[in-house]
Amino acid sequence: MSLQEELQGPPPAKLIVDHVSKWFRQKRQVIHALDDVSLEVAEGEFVVIVGQSGCGKSTLLDIIAGLEKPDKGRVLADNQPVLQPGRHRLVMFQDSALFPWLTVFGNVMFGLKLKPGLRNSERREVAKFFLQLVGLEKFVEANVHELSGGMKQRVALARALAPNPRVLLMDEPFAALDAMTREQLYGDIQQIWQKRRKTIIFVTHNVREAACLADRVVIMSPTPGRIREIFEVSLPRPRDFNSIEIAQHASKLTAALKGHIRETAVAH
Amino acid sequence: MRRTFLAILFFVALVAIWNAVVRAQIWSPVLLPSPLSVWEYLVGAVRDGTLLQATGVTLRRLLLGYFIGIAIGLPLGLLTASSKFVEDTIGVLALGLQTLPSVCWVPLALLWLGQTESAMLFVVIMGTVWSVVIATDTGVRTIPPIFARAARTMGSNPFHKWTRVILPASLPFLVSGMKQGWAFAWRSLMAAEIYVTILTGFGLGHLLHYGRELNAMDQVIGIMLVIIVIGLLTDKILFSPWERFLHRRWGTGRR
Repeated sequence: MSLQEELQGPPPAKLIVDHVSKWFRQKRQVIHALDDVSLEVAEGEFVVIVGQSGCGKSTLLDIIAGLEKPDKGRVLADNQPVLQPGRHRLVMFQDSALFPWLTVFGNVMFGLKLKPGLRNSERREVAKFFLQLVGLEKFVEANVHELSGGMKQRVALARALAPNPRVLLMDEPFAALDAMTREQLYGDIQQIWQKRRKTIIFVTHNVREAACLADRVVIMSPTPGRIREIFEVSLPRPRDFNSIEIAQHASKLTAALKGHIRETAVAH
Repeated sequence: MRRTFLAILFFVALVAIWNAVVRAQIWSPVLLPSPLSVWEYLVGAVRDGTLLQATGVTLRRLLLGYFIGIAIGLPLGLLTASSKFVEDTIGVLALGLQTLPSVCWVPLALLWLGQTESAMLFVVIMGTVWSVVIATDTGVRTIPPIFARAARTMGSNPFHKWTRVILPASLPFLVSGMKQGWAFAWRSLMAAEIYVTILTGFGLGHLLHYGRELNAMDQVIGIMLVIIVIGLLTDKILFSPWERFLHRRWGTGRR
């Protein structure tokens, strides 16, 4: 198999979240994390989920990843129910979760080694390709602790992209980075997404980030976690994080978020 | 270069002070032999073969017991960290036994196994196992759960997760646990050799013991020096490469 063939890979997946509910039983209380959440994500779509903390957006992502099981409902990836985590749906976490005992290259190779049907020389080629894609070809042999926060997230992105998953799940991946690094990564991620089309679900509490990246923005409200509203963002790409259009969309999202928070408060 | 020079200077100065104290004749030369007489004893013991033989006997017991101890302790530690039941049973037992000074195993080993190699081995293993169990357990428990989650999303099955994620992730603790295990093994073996004479082999501990019985202070100090040097060397040979690896990858420790 050539590098080119390997990079072609399967098409991005279609995802269906079908009436999912989730409760967390704790010592003193039961937390209703998700209440009857349904969502359809088209192949190759970039969906951003926005909501304040505790609205269940990370739980939803975990359920789509297969790391958590829903108490009610189910998740379908290409019409197959999601029962456990798998390399077709890779996750990028807020903390890069890079393995400190491996080099940058070893980290990118980790997922690739778990992918069958490749020779090791091909795996190495693929790993190099993706490190180049995220602009870290000079840091192949670096140790994780030598990287800045932004570089770590780039490696995490390369690690998640390398096994060519059909879905990429991103859990506030840029929340811990400084503003400059983040803005640069918005540009990069759009560029990479256009080159390597994936179905992406991206969780954040930053509305501007949502407006900048999303095809659709899903707004959630807490206690219990529910989907309140879905916005289309049909601006042309690549989008400039600091443009006036993004700011306008963001303020619309903010207004909607605040509205739903008020509603929830009144309801209680 | 400069550091090596200073280190050598320090030890030369130490011997010089020792020599000066002997020269001052504050204590009887029977109690405090000169560096030269200790050196002469060591040279003699190397010449007639007793020292090398004793070192060989001791190291064989030590390495054998130590590696058996790790082979038992490591899996036990993984078990206590992953199962509540094992944690409440073996885990508590390990914690208790770890606080027991390993010399305390000597009487029991003698009664059970007699004056045999097995008794020696038993004491060394008991000295090693429990600290390895505790260190492994602590290591596994301190791993950020996100490592295992990340590995699972990439398709890691439970066996792969344990061997490729949990074990390497807990390496900093494992190495310090093995180091501690080594120190305990060494201590317990010396205690056993000093207390117990067995005919299948005279170790360094026996030479130390006979030194006392013969009032041969040069022998006592000479053997103590040998024990110290062996401890230093094994630390450098067995553990330094691991520690360097940890410092490089994790970015911990001094530069």
